Amino acid sequence: MTMDSERLKPPGLWARVFDSDIWYSFTRSKVIMAAAIVTLLIFLGALFAPLIAPHDPFDMASLYLMDSLTPPMWEEGGNPVYPLGTDDQGRDILSAILYGSRISLAVGFASVAFAAILGISLGLLAGYMGGRVDSIIMRIADVQLTFPSILIALLIDGSVRSVFGGIDREQSAFYVLVFSIGLSFWVQYARTVRSSTLVEKDKEYVQAARLIGLHPLRIMASHVLPNVMGPVLVIATINLALAIITEATLSFLGVGIPSTQPSLGTLIRIGNDFLFSGEWWIAAFPGAALAILVLAVNLLGDWLRDALNPRLR
Amino acid sequence: MTDVLVGIENLSRDFDVSKPWLNRVLENEEKKFVTAVNDVSFEIRRGETFALVGESGSGKSTIAKLIVGLIRPTGGQILFDGTNVATRGSASMRQLRSRFQMIFQDPFASLNPRWRVKDIIAEPLRTFGVVEGRAAWEKRVDELLETVGLSAKDGAKYPHEFSGGQRQRVAIARALSAQPEFIVCDEPTSALDVSVQAQILNLMRDLQDEFGLTYLFISHDLSVVRHMASRIGVLYLGRLVEVAEGKTLFREPKHPYTKMLLDAVPDLEMTGRSRQPVEGEIPNPIDPPSGCTYHPRCPLANDRCKREVPVLKLHENTKAACFALEEGRG
Repeated sequence: MTMDSERLKPPGLWARVFDSDIWYSFTRSKVIMAAAIVTLLIFLGALFAPLIAPHDPFDMASLYLMDSLTPPMWEEGGNPVYPLGTDDQGRDILSAILYGSRISLAVGFASVAFAAILGISLGLLAGYMGGRVDSIIMRIADVQLTFPSILIALLIDGSVRSVFGGIDREQSAFYVLVFSIGLSFWVQYARTVRSSTLVEKDKEYVQAARLIGLHPLRIMASHVLPNVMGPVLVIATINLALAIITEATLSFLGVGIPSTQPSLGTLIRIGNDFLFSGEWWIAAFPGAALAILVLAVNLLGDWLRDALNPRLR
Repeated sequence: MTDVLVGIENLSRDFDVSKPWLNRVLENEEKKFVTAVNDVSFEIRRGETFALVGESGSGKSTIAKLIVGLIRPTGGQILFDGTNVATRGSASMRQLRSRFQMIFQDPFASLNPRWRVKDIIAEPLRTFGVVEGRAAWEKRVDELLETVGLSAKDGAKYPHEFSGGQRQRVAIARALSAQPEFIVCDEPTSALDVSVQAQILNLMRDLQDEFGLTYLFISHDLSVVRHMASRIGVLYLGRLVEVAEGKTLFREPKHPYTKMLLDAVPDLEMTGRSRQPVEGEIPNPIDPPSGCTYHPRCPLANDRCKREVPVLKLHENTKAACFALEEGRG
């Protein structure tokens, strides 16, 4: 059998991406394209905040209290130096949003990664080992599921602070948030991975690996894991939006990121105090930024779920 | 060195099929067990193909998994070249594992869909350290692919790019890669088209001659077994009812169950002899019949068959477990 050697060569990564069903379904929907572009813009804005933000909201020396509570530039009394106005300490809202979404996204990604790693490992272990290991892990998950995630996050935040009372809050707040949000989201990953693992572990390729005496952990990592990752990716995307909202909620409640390094949620909380005295822009713009970010990520997650579902293709 | 490569002695395996603990306590029920394999003994000689045949649920696949150590026996032992497989000292077990392999029934499930074919084939090689270094194992994989009738270039592909028969060839290449002496084939052709079946079976026979392999061949398809097997064991409800040379079994089956099975095989020669139609189904193994488990379907059964359990005894060249045969009622 002679074949054109050109055709036998596997196509490059980009060629495969542009040739795939997912890319096709991506280009078919304007909403998804828009959501992807918006997400990308916010990501880039957050990533390059120090370069593009007109002011540094963390640099106390550059703040002028005289400029505090300046309305947006198109309102009466607005100042083009502060396009979206300033807050009560004279911080530029636009810059604060750029820096704030940085923290929001960082907390979101870190807590999703933490939850996914924890959930995937425990789910694999429960599904593959079965028996008592499975029962113990999944009962813990069941108990955890009866508490709302905000409550868990509040609980952890509170207990961490009472146990490590002396630590610097500004530095610890990020890790406490990631830990508590991650801990309240792992169950979803564990359940999904466990149920896929139950299906995969009885397949004959796993038996073939057991036959040659591979260690169970190695079988889980190299054989089962790649075959259960599909749904995890979708959950992770949808959870990213949820994690950002949870972070904002916690910061709004005052247990999140402190106001010296405001995240979007912290900005909204600060703005909330001024809402009734007419300075609406302090809460409104960070709120809008948060809403747009979460909406875009959510749309992407929903689309990914449908695009990866073979039954909907 | 003995003539016997694999010795199976009084092998049994129960499966727990009871309800969860809470249900059992509330409904006041006992634990329930299914005996999938019941007191089975046979031996496989070096270089032969021993076939196990039987209907669905007769325990064929369970025996296969017991022998390769995927599940542990409830009773009895498996001797591989004189070493008990069930007592697994990890170091000697590892050495032992490299000497046997398995080919699975479903070539669509037995290859990891996320792995390239060359990695799939190389895994036993690398695990047992048969060859050192990447260049060495890649070379060996290329050889293996060509041995089983594929192209060395196919190693870079994923399993879904192959047909069922080609996948089974990949599975055979994987089984061969660590140079085993003994391969358990669990219905290796039942998922394939008839034309492809013949190719795979011929490949397996060629490989047997080339590498001096010993096969345990499990199948429900008697025409396949006839083509492959040098000796045949017939299983019924987890018990071995007849063991004979391949030719002997097909020419003069002794056990009434074997006779019924053979009568059920369609052939083109239309021998003209009257056939006994298949009666009834294999009983529920949770609640098996008393005595000889075949008695409800057996035309020769009497009261003794309902009370006592027959054991394998030699009748001419055939071992069979049947009272009717012993008493000359047949």
